[in-house]
Amino acid sequence: MRAFEYTVPKEKKQAVALLGKQWNDAEVLAGGSDLLGLMKDDVVHPKRLVNVKSISDLHGISYGARGLRIGALATLLEISEHAQVKQHYPILAQASGDAASPQIRNVATIGGNMCQRPRCWWFRNGFGLLATGPDGKSLVLEGDNRHHAILGNDGPAYFVSPSTVAPVLIAYNARIRLLGPGGPREIPLEKFFVIPKSENEREHGLRPNEIVTDIVVPAPPVGAKVSHYEIRQKEAFDWPYATASVILEMNGDTVRSSRIVMSHVAPIPWVSNEAAQALNGKSISEETADAAGAAAVANAKSLGRNKHKIKLARVAVKRAILQAAKGERA
Amino acid sequence: MATDYKWPAADQRTVIGKSMNRVDGPVKSSGRAKYTYDLVRPNMLYAHGVKCPYAHAKVTKIDTSAAEKMPGVAGVVVINDVGKEIFWAGTDVVAVAAVDESTARDAVRAIKVEYEQLPHLVLDEKEPDLSEAEKSEWYKVALKETSGDPTTAFQQAEVVHEGYYGTPVITHCCLETHGSIAEFPDSDHLFMHISTQNVPGIAEQLGKAIDFPASNIHVHQDHVGGGFGSKLGLDPWGVASAQLSKKAGGKPVKMMLDRKPELETAGCRPSARARVKVGAKKDGTLLAWESYSWGSGGVGGGGSPPIPYVWKVPNQQKQHVNVVNNIGPSRAWRAPNHPQACVLTMCPLDDLAAKLNMDTFDFVKKNIDLLDPRSKIYSEELDVADKLMGWKARWHPRGDNTAGPVKQGLGLALHTWGGRGHNSNTDLTIHPDGSVEVKMGTQDIGTGTRTSILQVVSDTLGIPMNQINLLIGDNQYPRDSASGGSSTIGGVSSANFRAATDAKNQLFAKVASALNAQPGDLEAADGRVRVASDHNRSLSWKDACAKLGATSITAHGTNPGEGDLTNSGVGGVQMADVSVDTETGIVKINKMVGVQDCGLVISPTQAKSQVLGAMIMGISYSLYEEKVMDQTTGTMLNTNMDMYRLAGLGDVGELVVHLMSGPGYDERGVIGIGEPPTVSPGAAISNAVANAIGVRVPFLPLTPERVLEALEKAESEGAKA
Amino acid sequence: MSDQEDVKGPGISRRSFLKISALTTSAPLVLGPTVLEVEGQEVHVYGPGKTPVTLNVNGKRLSANLEPRVTLLDALREKFEVTGPKRVCDRGLCGACTVMMDNKAVYACSVLAIDAQGKQIVTTDGLAPEGKLHPVSAAFVDNDAQQCGFCTPGFVMATKAFLDKHPNATKEELHRGLGGNFCRCGTYAGIKGAVAQLSGGGQQKGGA
Repeated sequence: MRAFEYTVPKEKKQAVALLGKQWNDAEVLAGGSDLLGLMKDDVVHPKRLVNVKSISDLHGISYGARGLRIGALATLLEISEHAQVKQHYPILAQASGDAASPQIRNVATIGGNMCQRPRCWWFRNGFGLLATGPDGKSLVLEGDNRHHAILGNDGPAYFVSPSTVAPVLIAYNARIRLLGPGGPREIPLEKFFVIPKSENEREHGLRPNEIVTDIVVPAPPVGAKVSHYEIRQKEAFDWPYATASVILEMNGDTVRSSRIVMSHVAPIPWVSNEAAQALNGKSISEETADAAGAAAVANAKSLGRNKHKIKLARVAVKRAILQAAKGERA
Repeated sequence: MATDYKWPAADQRTVIGKSMNRVDGPVKSSGRAKYTYDLVRPNMLYAHGVKCPYAHAKVTKIDTSAAEKMPGVAGVVVINDVGKEIFWAGTDVVAVAAVDESTARDAVRAIKVEYEQLPHLVLDEKEPDLSEAEKSEWYKVALKETSGDPTTAFQQAEVVHEGYYGTPVITHCCLETHGSIAEFPDSDHLFMHISTQNVPGIAEQLGKAIDFPASNIHVHQDHVGGGFGSKLGLDPWGVASAQLSKKAGGKPVKMMLDRKPELETAGCRPSARARVKVGAKKDGTLLAWESYSWGSGGVGGGGSPPIPYVWKVPNQQKQHVNVVNNIGPSRAWRAPNHPQACVLTMCPLDDLAAKLNMDTFDFVKKNIDLLDPRSKIYSEELDVADKLMGWKARWHPRGDNTAGPVKQGLGLALHTWGGRGHNSNTDLTIHPDGSVEVKMGTQDIGTGTRTSILQVVSDTLGIPMNQINLLIGDNQYPRDSASGGSSTIGGVSSANFRAATDAKNQLFAKVASALNAQPGDLEAADGRVRVASDHNRSLSWKDACAKLGATSITAHGTNPGEGDLTNSGVGGVQMADVSVDTETGIVKINKMVGVQDCGLVISPTQAKSQVLGAMIMGISYSLYEEKVMDQTTGTMLNTNMDMYRLAGLGDVGELVVHLMSGPGYDERGVIGIGEPPTVSPGAAISNAVANAIGVRVPFLPLTPERVLEALEKAESEGAKA
Repeated sequence: MSDQEDVKGPGISRRSFLKISALTTSAPLVLGPTVLEVEGQEVHVYGPGKTPVTLNVNGKRLSANLEPRVTLLDALREKFEVTGPKRVCDRGLCGACTVMMDNKAVYACSVLAIDAQGKQIVTTDGLAPEGKLHPVSAAFVDNDAQQCGFCTPGFVMATKAFLDKHPNATKEELHRGLGGNFCRCGTYAGIKGAVAQLSGGGQQKGGA
């Protein structure tokens, strides 16, 4: 890890002022579970760390008539154990409580989770976010891309978005609030994630001199069926092959409208309107759920060694829908 | 009168063969055990290496000037100078020592090295064309061998099966990385703390490397955080730490690898892949074997897996080619070559049995004579395993026909290993105050060596284990051997049994008259020395030792020595019960049974832990582990523990261990158990998956991508047919 | 490196200027915090050189001059010789460095020492006085839940944290709850036995 200077502002505005115009000028330190590893691997090397944990405005979870407000510093543990989150947003509690490991959930914050960097093994080994080789060709396309994207993979980015919580929040139509020198801005979380086109860009819309302040989630649709399904090989602490988060608004036995979001399949959390359209107006059965899964991956393409992820994303969507229909939350 | 060294009969054992807590358990579980990595020596410096980023290159220029000028930098040594050829990425080129870790890392970044890149190869999946392999520099033909008459035998075979099988390159992933702390207390003496399986052997290796008398090198290690075969030799890092210490005026220099170079460069298990053809008569009689195998040999070329493994197939034709690739050094990995050979053998035979419509259990029994000389052991073990797994009651033919995507299956495999005790020396002293001291230059690599030594001495002298002071882990004690090849238990138990027996006899000679008896009439038991035929004539251990006067007794014990105390050659059977989700390709272990023979068991608790640990390690390499290499950059991709994945606590299912012991086993003497149970899991789990889904997944690890690929291939072939 | 520009933004002025460079950071120079005026208020800036850091570890106050980049794990191990927590992956992926921070299990490798000030840190070394064994450690011994032992202190801390919260855990809770730690020797059967013993269930002694 390279040397840096360390500051602990007490107010949001100060934190923003302490950040730089460019990445690598400064980074925000919250839980630190991803950032410190990236710094040790010399993937990022900020000259200043701005520890935001002393800013009281960024803490806390509250629920009211207009929905849920999660401070950027709320930990995954706090979210997973919050009574009203568990009651009103059960799959948010589930995904938060099942991410990574207990030790990480104890410190990792929701703001940090939204900004965590991809696990692409070229990126983590110092070959850059887009993993371009010396000849300008993509190392991902040439190499072992078993864990890379099947959707949104027209290039030059092929990594997959690592958060398992972001797709759940997006399914609930969450919005993210940011604060920069020009003041606050609020955008749909879905729009926060972007597929970078050049090495200098990041995979999210946070600017170098902005901080995440809150996530706001509208009141959940009444009586909706929800489910979050992760396909991962190991029981715990293992990056998934694919996840699917679904929120189904029902009209009797028929799906009136649906929101289906996948992760670990594309450089961003992937909202599948195709899957939703395939399911809307149908009653839920093995066949309709599978058809929605098929629609979710209709535009997917293999990069050579990741064909299995197409099948797994399809199964994740199918199982999430069937699980939601049964009213299961597991 | 020559002493007859014989392990006590079952009814005479008081401590040997009894379940005891690990004596170093408390110090480990309280966090107080000090490993090499944990030591902070006075005025210690920290060293790190400049790593070559290329898989094959020549060093053309080294500029260390900026680093040497940095405040806090204490010394720089060049490990691979200009002109040297580098054979794998991550190789250390320069090492630098500084006052703290951060400064050492800053200095590493300030050192500029230039290279001429050379062609590299880091993959081994592709089947080499044999005629091309003979001409290519990337391949070495390691074996061409025919025995019997395979051509005729295959003609006579009524059922022939042919398939592809393989295991990938995996790494040791020791939790304590490789490294050492070197210091010169004065210019004539070097003191090394080193993370090693080989306390006795380091001094010679290091002396040779730095031109320093081995006799003046003191090596010490109390605990080691895993080795598994990768810590038998001296490493470049050990040499560099000594050289840096010398440059820094003798100050201690700690040089421990980070996780990434540990996975890249500190040892790996070679891959093995093969096209195998096997033939049998309709009744299951195994007739013929033909194999063309290849694997990553690394730049050295390497050996070849012993296939067909365990089975003496009467007619064989075999060829093996090593891929000369730049993936890092192959090192002994717990039962070198056996797990690969077991997969390459037990999987095709399991497929052959399926083609014969036979239960693999019956197939093995039918051909049990081909398992000579361990036919009887395997047969008995199969019966025990059958009971523990409920194999015969639960087995079904290939393909679980029950509804739903999750299919259940059973698989089995057999293995063998040597395990004879290595060369050992020990000094056992009985002091006049009754205290007992054992000094031995061995090491406890986590197998329970300390506990076993104390059980042997305690049993022989009739005094409690905690009354014996055991000193190991230092090359100033009598010389033992490296802990490798499951050879430690046989060596240390035999040498200490001999020493304790001799010391006891010397004590008896001193106290016999006081008990009005002959030395040969005495026994040591229950903390007393007594007349065997009349327990009323006795002295407490302390009073007996007081008869020594001012002189203590020191007995030197060796292995080998008089008496057949250790032996070689074990058999083991393992069975796996798995569930496979055919939609996701995820394999879960429901249960594994390990039945293992290892002769006389000194420490049953720790012996069982060895088998349990081996099965868990086996589950890990069967389902998750694989060193993933990138041909374009020549580097390893999964360089930390989220991507180089180990099984977790929730992934291992129910584990049942049975040690074959008692009459027929105990009299063979002590045999090592560390490696053999690591061998079978790959084949047993792969066979269980095949039994569950009706399709062979040819390569380990059995990840969702490989399981789904095999299922899809079978489906498309079925559709064509 | 020394040509890098200082990080400044609107609304910031430095009262005492410290140029950031790799060279100055390696000087064994200890400085108190410099002070920036940010948005009209003072903000202390520590480092990049050494700065006094005080930690509360196992009930003791321990102080050292550390650069901000020193992790809690490295401070514990190299400065204070508290070596129960091990450095294995150093990336928050293996659990060997698990300690309790304000009663929660955390990876000490993923916390900066300077950021751990004011927290109560407990390591295996501090669970019981010298010569005594904490019940969790004792259960590990009774169930032979350690081989090489390098993962063991981290597992003991993770187990303690887990059992504090789940005294009567289900199998699934256990698998997830101790999922943040890995063992290479394969002591999981013993650890499950230890947890069973501590949960009062004592169904099986896994290690033996």
